[in-house]
Order: sequence, then C-alpha cells, then structure tokens
Amino acid sequence: MDALDWALLVARVVAVFAALLVAVMLTIWFERKVIADFQTRTGPLRAGPRGILITLADGIKLFFKEGILPAMVDRPVYLIAPVIAMLPAFLAFAVVPFGTSVTLFGREVPFQVADLNVGILWILAMTSMGVYAVVLAGWASGSNYPLLGAVRSSAQMISYEVGMGLAIVAVLTYSGELSMTGVIEAQSRVWNVIPQFPAFVVFLIGGLAETNRPPFDLAEAESELVAGFHTEYSGIRFAMFFLGEYLNTVTVAAVATTLFLGGWRGPWFDGFAPWLGPLLWFVVKVVAVLYVFVLIRATLPRMRYDRLMNFGWKVLIPFGLVWVLLTGAVVVLPQEIGRRGVLLAGAAVLGLVLLASFVAPLVQRRREVAS
Amino acid sequence: MVRLPLVLLFSAVLFSAGVYGVLARRNAVMVLMAIELMLNAVNVNLVAFATALRDVVGQVFALFVIAVAAAEVGIGLAIVILLYRTRESINVDEVNLLRW
Amino acid sequence: MSADQLVFWIFAPIAVAGAIGMLLSRNAVHAALFLVVNLFCIAVMYLLLEAPFLFAVQIIVYAGAIMVLFLFVIMLLGVDRGDDLREPLIGQRPLAVILAAAFVVEIAVAVRAGIGFATMAPEGFDAVNRDGNARALARVLFREYFLPFEVTSLLLIVAAVAAMVLAHRRARAVTQAELERLGLLEPPREEAPSP
Repeated sequence: MDALDWALLVARVVAVFAALLVAVMLTIWFERKVIADFQTRTGPLRAGPRGILITLADGIKLFFKEGILPAMVDRPVYLIAPVIAMLPAFLAFAVVPFGTSVTLFGREVPFQVADLNVGILWILAMTSMGVYAVVLAGWASGSNYPLLGAVRSSAQMISYEVGMGLAIVAVLTYSGELSMTGVIEAQSRVWNVIPQFPAFVVFLIGGLAETNRPPFDLAEAESELVAGFHTEYSGIRFAMFFLGEYLNTVTVAAVATTLFLGGWRGPWFDGFAPWLGPLLWFVVKVVAVLYVFVLIRATLPRMRYDRLMNFGWKVLIPFGLVWVLLTGAVVVLPQEIGRRGVLLAGAAVLGLVLLASFVAPLVQRRREVAS
Repeated sequence: MVRLPLVLLFSAVLFSAGVYGVLARRNAVMVLMAIELMLNAVNVNLVAFATALRDVVGQVFALFVIAVAAAEVGIGLAIVILLYRTRESINVDEVNLLRW
Repeated sequence: MSADQLVFWIFAPIAVAGAIGMLLSRNAVHAALFLVVNLFCIAVMYLLLEAPFLFAVQIIVYAGAIMVLFLFVIMLLGVDRGDDLREPLIGQRPLAVILAAAFVVEIAVAVRAGIGFATMAPEGFDAVNRDGNARALARVLFREYFLPFEVTSLLLIVAAVAAMVLAHRRARAVTQAELERLGLLEPPREEAPSP
C-alpha cells in the first residue's frame, strides 16, 4: 500500500458515505411518493421538482430545531445512542460490492470499500449492533414509553436476527462462500433467489423486523407508545435516528440484492463503459427491493406484540432451520449417495411431511374434543 | 506481528479485572458480566497460542468457550430473574442461606 | 513499530479501560456498555491474531446477543441504579491492588522464564488458514472435534429449555413476598391454646 492506494481507499469511503446519504434522501422521498400514490394523494410537491428535495428541507428544519435535553436522561448514553443508530449501517455497507471495478491512475479500483473474507458474517455482526441504538435510547431517556419501546425491540431484534441469520446460513451453504464477491461469483449462472426463494422470503421478513419497519415497528408504535424509543429525542438527534433507520433499510436492501438477486449482475452492451452497467443494475435491484418494502408498509397493519413473538419463534425460525437442513442435504447428498438416492430420499421426506400435515389436525381436533 | 508475551500479559490483566469483579460486586448481573470478562481473557490466550503454535485447534477451543458462555449466560440470567422474583433483590450477599 | 503493533497498542489500553470502567461504574447499564467496548477490542485482537472468523463470531455472539440479553434483563428488572460499591471488608481494596500488581509481576516473571519477552508470534499462519480461516476451522471442527461439537449443541438446547423453565412464571405461583406486599397474606394466626 502506498500513498495513492490510501488516497483511493479514503476516496472510496467518502464516496460511499455521500452516496448513502443521497440514497437515504431519495429513499424517503420515494417512500412518501409511493405511499401517497397508494392513498391517492399527491405527496410532497413543492420542494424541488416533484418534491424530490423534501427530505433536504426536513433535514434543514430538524437541524435548526432546538435539541431538548430532558431532565431525567442519562446524559452520556442519551447522547451516544443516535450516533450508534447510524454507525452500524454505514459499516455494514462497507463490504457490499455495488459494481465491478474501474481503472483509475493505472490502479484497479473495486466498487466496494473492503472485501472481507468473512463479509457475510460482518454484515450479521453489524446488523446485530443496530439493536443497541434503540435499547440505549429507550433506557437513557428515563421515561416509561421509551423504555417499553426499548424492551420490546431488544427482544424483537434478537429473535428476528436468528431467522435472518438462518436465511444467510442457507445462502452461504448453497454458494459455499463467505465473502460477498464470492457470493456474487457463485450466482453467475442463476440468481440465488430462484433456488433459495424461501430463504429470500425469510431474509426479507427478518430484515424488515431488524430495521423496525412496518409491520414490525412495535418499538415506535405511536398508538401504543407515543413515539417509542425516540419519544424524548428532538432536533438533530431525532434526525440521526431517522437517518439511521433509513440507512439500515437501504443497507438491508443492498444486502438482499447481493445475496439473492445476483448483485451487480445484468446484461450490458459490450465495450461501452463496462463499469456503468453493473452499477446501474445494482441500483435498479436495490430500488426494486425498496419498492417491496414500501409496498409492505402501505398494505399491512402493525402486528400485535405476542403475535410477533409467536411468529418469529414458532414459524420463522423452525422454517429457517428446516430450510437450512434441506439446503445442506441438497449440497452434500449428491456427493454421498448420488442423484437417484437424493430423489428417492426427497420423495420419502415429502411423503412423511404430507402425512404429518394430514394427521396433525386430526390429532389436534381429537384433543380439543377430549378437553 | 504482535509479540506473544504482550498478548498474554494483556489477557492476564483482563482476567484479574474479571476476578475482582466477581469477588467485589454484589449485583448478581454484574458478577455474571465479570465472569464473561474472565472467559474472554481465556479466549484471547487460546487464540494467541493458536497463532503462536500455528495450530487452528486453539481457535476451535475458543469457539467452544463462546458457545458454552452463551449457554451459561442464558441459565445465569434466568436464575437472576428467579432470584429477583422470590427475593425482590439481586444482591448476592443476601442470598447466603441458599433457602427461600 | 509495525501496523499490527500500532493497532495492538491502540486497542489494548481501550480494552483494559473498558474492563476497569465496568468494575467501577455504579450503574449496571454503564457497566454493560463498558463491557461491550472491551469485547469489541478483544474482537479486534482476534483480527490481529489472524482469526477473522472468531472476530465476527465474537461480535455477533457477545456484543450482539449476550450483552443485549444482559441489557434486557437489567431493564426488565429495573436494577440499574445505585449499586453499592463500598467494601465491607476494611482495607480490601488497597490489598487487592497490591496483590493484583504482584500477580502481574508474577505472570511477567513466568512468561520471561518460560518463553522470554522477545518471542514473536511466528509469521506464516497463512499455511494453516489456507482457503480461508473459516474453512480451516471447519476442517478441524467437523472432523477431530465433531463429538464435542454435537455435545455443545446439546448443551445449548438444554440451556435454552432450562432457562425457559426457570424464568417462566406459572399462573398460580405467587410468592410470599408478593402476597405480603399486596396485603393479601393474613398474618399467621395464633393457635388457640388447647384446653
């Protein structure tokens, strides 16, 4: 590494940082516009063309608002929490490859901040850090509703992280790679979303819950908890939470794109700016995933807390476990017993599952009758 | 490369801090946290020796320690919750009779 | 000083400061946060010691799950304020400091006698970590240590079930203390003297 390498690294970090901020700005505008469409409203219109600068205006407003420091807060923790809300999302994005590479000053510059060889685990690690912001903000506010929001979300995020982790385990078992570039490499023939569709669904649900997005926004359920964990935050600190939440959303969408939708892969003209195509494809796919997120927000009501926990532990995690098992079997068994054996074993398992699904309701009904 | 003795001294300091925490703190949750600190100090040693001896087995052991620590924390915190329900306090000095 | 040593000398003092901060903070939540800082620094140490897989596992399991569990319990029980830090035994703290210093000296002497201060961790872990630290670990874990691995998984499921059984509040199990606080417990009646 010489000075030029370092300079390029710093330039990449700054570029990604800036791009993420702009992405968040556009995501918020996009979400408001789409939701407005759903409700046959127009949405933001005044600031900029079609209201595209609305987030900037909101940001400026929040920046100049008074930052109130309530009397009961635990000062250091209260001040750190908004920073923690933003940091993990930025760091998680560091390993996401958002394009191929470009040659600058005679150096090959990859479109990725750092290619860790444990990239996927890094993403899991950083998403699991996100819970701290919520928990600490809620606790440090020294007030009841934020605390309730914090306790809710700590349990929720730990639970759904397991489901999300299982989906990721299935993907990396299937592609046999721990680094993000390796996963994209493994999707050169077919995107993971086709053979791993159940894992994709589990990942999206887990991702929604991890980012506290509707229908899993119980930590900030305004009808139950005022504003949840950030009730006592105002001004720029509130803006940081807002920013952090949307950063997380963008990061989850980018990770979903990389793990399941082939990352930057897509058809492009030969010879014409070979770096531009992958970049555009990546952006298009991320926007598609974000659109699904907004769609879900516009359609589904918020879950009740006990149902949320029941769903997480009794449906999502068992399903994820079974899927990991199946994936493992599909990867390993052909080497061990041959394709024919796999087909037979698969048919046998399917038969057993069908049988169980017929028998289980009967048993349950008998038990209900008996009681 | 970092010198091995340095890492060993580092983990010895962390371990000592953990021991002090277990002995001196009276809040049961704090005692559990100090135990975690001690386990981590041991893990640092295991990984350091794995590197020094060029054998990945040390890292495998550290992995086992992490898994067992997770189990230990689960049980430990469940006991703390139970303690709080029966005694309305988690001061370990008050639980010296081992009876209800 | 190489980059590795620089990183070590940045993160080791932070880790020690985190540990000491944990010991000295009255507030359990602050203590937990200090411990999180400490665990992060230890994760960085793993990275230095060429164990990137453990680095990730350390953050996911310790910082992401175990410490959140601690915070959850602290908040749930509301035991976060005013832990008494006074020592009931007179002169214990200075004695502890002296003994700790003695212990560090002892370790230093032992290390010096055993392997010498100048020992470098040898270069060339690359051979062990061929095609990735995770694969190297898996190769050992799932061949030589397969039985311990399975036993550990059994231990984890037993621990999970045990934690649930222990902490689950049965509908009718009301403690004496709770009854007394609610005024529902009648004072023990004196037995009428037998005629």
